[in-house]
Amino acid sequence: MPFTPHTAAETAAMLETIGARSLDDLFDEIPARLRSGPLAGVPQALTEQEIGRLMRERAAADGEFLTFVGAGAYEHHIPAAVWEIAGRGEFYTAYTPYQAEASQGTLQLLYEFQTMIASLVGLDCANASLYDGASALAEAVLMAVRLHGRSRRVLIPETVHPLYRKVVQTIVSAQSITLDLVPMDAAGITDAGALALRLEGAAGLVIPQPNFLGCLEDVHAMAAAARAAGVLAIGLVNPIACALIVPPGEWGPGCDIAVGEGQPLGAPLSSGGPYFGFMACRREHVRQMPGRIVGRTVDVAGHEAYTLTLQAREQHIRRSRATSNICTNQGLLVTAATVHMALLGPEGLRRVAAAAHANTAALRARLTAIPGVRAAFPDTPFFHEVVLRLPVPVPEVLRALEAQGILGGCALGEFYPAFTDSLLVCATETKTETDIAHYAYHLERIVTRRRLDPPCAYKDDNPRSP
Amino acid sequence: MVRHYTRLSQRNFAIDTHFYPLGSCTMKYNPRAAHVAALLPGFANRHPLAPESTGQGLMACLFELQEILKDVTGMRAVSLTPMAGAQGEFAGVAMIRAYHVARNDLERDELLIPKAAHGTNPATAAMCGYRVREIDVRADGDIDLAALDAAIGPRTAGLMLTNPSTLGVFDRHIEDIAQRVHAVGGLLYYDGANLNAILGQVKPGDMGLDVVHLNLHKTFATPHGGGGPGAGPVGVGERLLPFLPVPMVGESGGRYYWITEKTRPQSIGRLSTFAGNVGVLLRAYVYARLVGREGMARIAQYAALNANYLLERLSRLGFEPAYPGRRAAHEFLLTLKGLKERSGVSALDVAKRLLDKGYHAPTIYFPLMVPECLLIEPTETESRDEIDGFVAAMAEILAEAETTPELLKAAPHTLPVRRVDEVRAARELDLAWRAHPATA
Ligand SMILES: Cc1ncc(COP(=O)(O)O)c(C=O)c1O
Repeated sequence: MPFTPHTAAETAAMLETIGARSLDDLFDEIPARLRSGPLAGVPQALTEQEIGRLMRERAAADGEFLTFVGAGAYEHHIPAAVWEIAGRGEFYTAYTPYQAEASQGTLQLLYEFQTMIASLVGLDCANASLYDGASALAEAVLMAVRLHGRSRRVLIPETVHPLYRKVVQTIVSAQSITLDLVPMDAAGITDAGALALRLEGAAGLVIPQPNFLGCLEDVHAMAAAARAAGVLAIGLVNPIACALIVPPGEWGPGCDIAVGEGQPLGAPLSSGGPYFGFMACRREHVRQMPGRIVGRTVDVAGHEAYTLTLQAREQHIRRSRATSNICTNQGLLVTAATVHMALLGPEGLRRVAAAAHANTAALRARLTAIPGVRAAFPDTPFFHEVVLRLPVPVPEVLRALEAQGILGGCALGEFYPAFTDSLLVCATETKTETDIAHYAYHLERIVTRRRLDPPCAYKDDNPRSP
Repeated sequence: MVRHYTRLSQRNFAIDTHFYPLGSCTMKYNPRAAHVAALLPGFANRHPLAPESTGQGLMACLFELQEILKDVTGMRAVSLTPMAGAQGEFAGVAMIRAYHVARNDLERDELLIPKAAHGTNPATAAMCGYRVREIDVRADGDIDLAALDAAIGPRTAGLMLTNPSTLGVFDRHIEDIAQRVHAVGGLLYYDGANLNAILGQVKPGDMGLDVVHLNLHKTFATPHGGGGPGAGPVGVGERLLPFLPVPMVGESGGRYYWITEKTRPQSIGRLSTFAGNVGVLLRAYVYARLVGREGMARIAQYAALNANYLLERLSRLGFEPAYPGRRAAHEFLLTLKGLKERSGVSALDVAKRLLDKGYHAPTIYFPLMVPECLLIEPTETESRDEIDGFVAAMAEILAEAETTPELLKAAPHTLPVRRVDEVRAARELDLAWRAHPATA
């Protein structure tokens, strides 16, 4: 079903108007020897009913798990209204708002979004989104290098999400920018001494809050040290955390740029995307910001109106001297996030952050009560995610939990050689006391090698309390 | 709150509400079956770091999509991870660079790009550390081979090409071009944003291209969402296989697994935290399965039919094609230079007046090299009636341009706002609402 509405008679009449004998004639400028035969690798068409059934079967096969994994993507409750509105055809099927007068809905919404992000991170202005958190960080690194002008070295703590570091490496390496890794200390945060040694002559410093390990960095000191050394400070934040803890605009003298992953604001986990990256900066840096920016202005009658602005930064005008090659961004996710933030409001976001944090604290308390399980950084303040060291091999534990319908966390060994015995766990506000007890019960059973009877790995929906 | 955002939505034009012939954007119908499938709980609630064992259904879809795109493009392998066309371009050019570097061929620092190319092409070249050399286009819309010969040489890393080009015509010398670039050791990049024009008719791989990106949010009918998300998969020929971005999906004995940098040490690396815009990929997969093998070829046929029919009708009204005598691909370019000289009415004025008449405007002032241009792409999902309505609106506008040009210059008149002051927007920046406007 190719969704072509033409009747045979219409097709014939249209060909006649054109003066072509057949549909094939329309391709007569393509050298004949290049024309392809049937697409053998494309299966025959399915009906909507058939593909619906296939997709339901495949989705069901992937199952539903009790998820305690965070590591950059967080399960949060999304109010039903969010995707009802974002899914409306007027938002869902519009293009980038090039024709301002015919796109005031999208444009005003984006202006609201920019306002919300700027106020969440405590900076002057935000753009209308980048692809995801990692690529937003890469853009921030490029922006810092442009703003600095004299250095192509950017400091990235080891506590930044390891996959973000890989993405940044991919994106900035072609421009001969060096990423200088700053090691962490025993408390799971950036080593202040090591940082001090590297600051001089750097263009930018990435400051993650919370960091990948859930730990809260000494952001005021880091931002102040960066400013003192003439280094641009790039805050990398979880937007939910910003509702509860000091935002990057207020770290020490304030960050220059803030970026982050927008997924916690209304995007389903969806195996990794689509999410959206957000970026905000101080007003004086805005001309170096990549991506679409919406401004409020007036129409010829003097009425309030919205439009894309500062387009001279962008690829369609500036071409090879643009701030970035980004064109299409993550508009629909931003639509969802704007509705999500508007529905929750500042107080609602704060409550989500507090509830997620309280649940993770409860989870940590329950799990570290299990013999041999301990917090890797017991004295470091954290936000809604913690590292646990386990007395038995992590992959084994995760497999056993999976058999019980639990995704137990992110194994850190793959990312940090010193943490092969460690698991990064997160319990957002979506988890109940029962869920946490359920996890604790099974983890205890696994690490103490007690077995359920019968001793097979079946889904235990009804755990006896431990 | 719901009422506020519902009302905002009503201040938009969209494919669901309006004919939207925005050239180079392929605004076709977005089937809702794809949306419903992507939001099934097993897909929507799956954590990106959940183990492969819990993602076999999803990975089957992604693997099959890779296979479908391989066939459609005629390439050897496809990576789905780029999150939009521009990121697909980045991946492609980064692979070209990695290829030359791997051969210790380090003198190549230039990318050749035709003048008509989309802005993301030169911007991407710069992001990948290349100098851009622009190649002229001839009066008939094809690349100027003499200009190509003059620019090409030992410093050429490659050529970025869109075919059909953004001028709406298929470059007839594509084989010559490929041969010349390959002869000096360069590689050919294919910007597949216009693949809708040739789906099932000709494959970029058969034209001699080494690397291709597709815009699934155009050709594969995933929604544009008011600015995204998109997906820009990249396909490569033999020489670039080792460099593809990760992750990709592999299959062995009926089990699917992630291909990562562990087994692809030469990969250019990762472009997104996880696996790209998976939800968009699922929608594209559903679309491809609904359309099927024969449907793919029909898409290009009817996209070309609608474009050539509309071009013919508008030409008969007196609108001037930028490349007369050429077949339209899936889109075509008009120039209003003559109209502007006669009546003072610009492409912008015509675009705004179209909005009054209930049609979204075509792309205007792109490509930059053609004065006062409209790039018009009706797509295959529009009926003849809808196109005839657009022709009638254009006829009215032409008449108005002669009789009441001031009406056009002040358009639009019937939208939620009148013409927006973009100059003021850029001069008096107001990018975020404040309860107490700053006195800065
Ligand atoms: C010809 C061409 N190339 C590249 C792009 C860039 O694609 P995207 O907007 O998905 O980054 C576009 C569309 O915007 C295009 O029309």
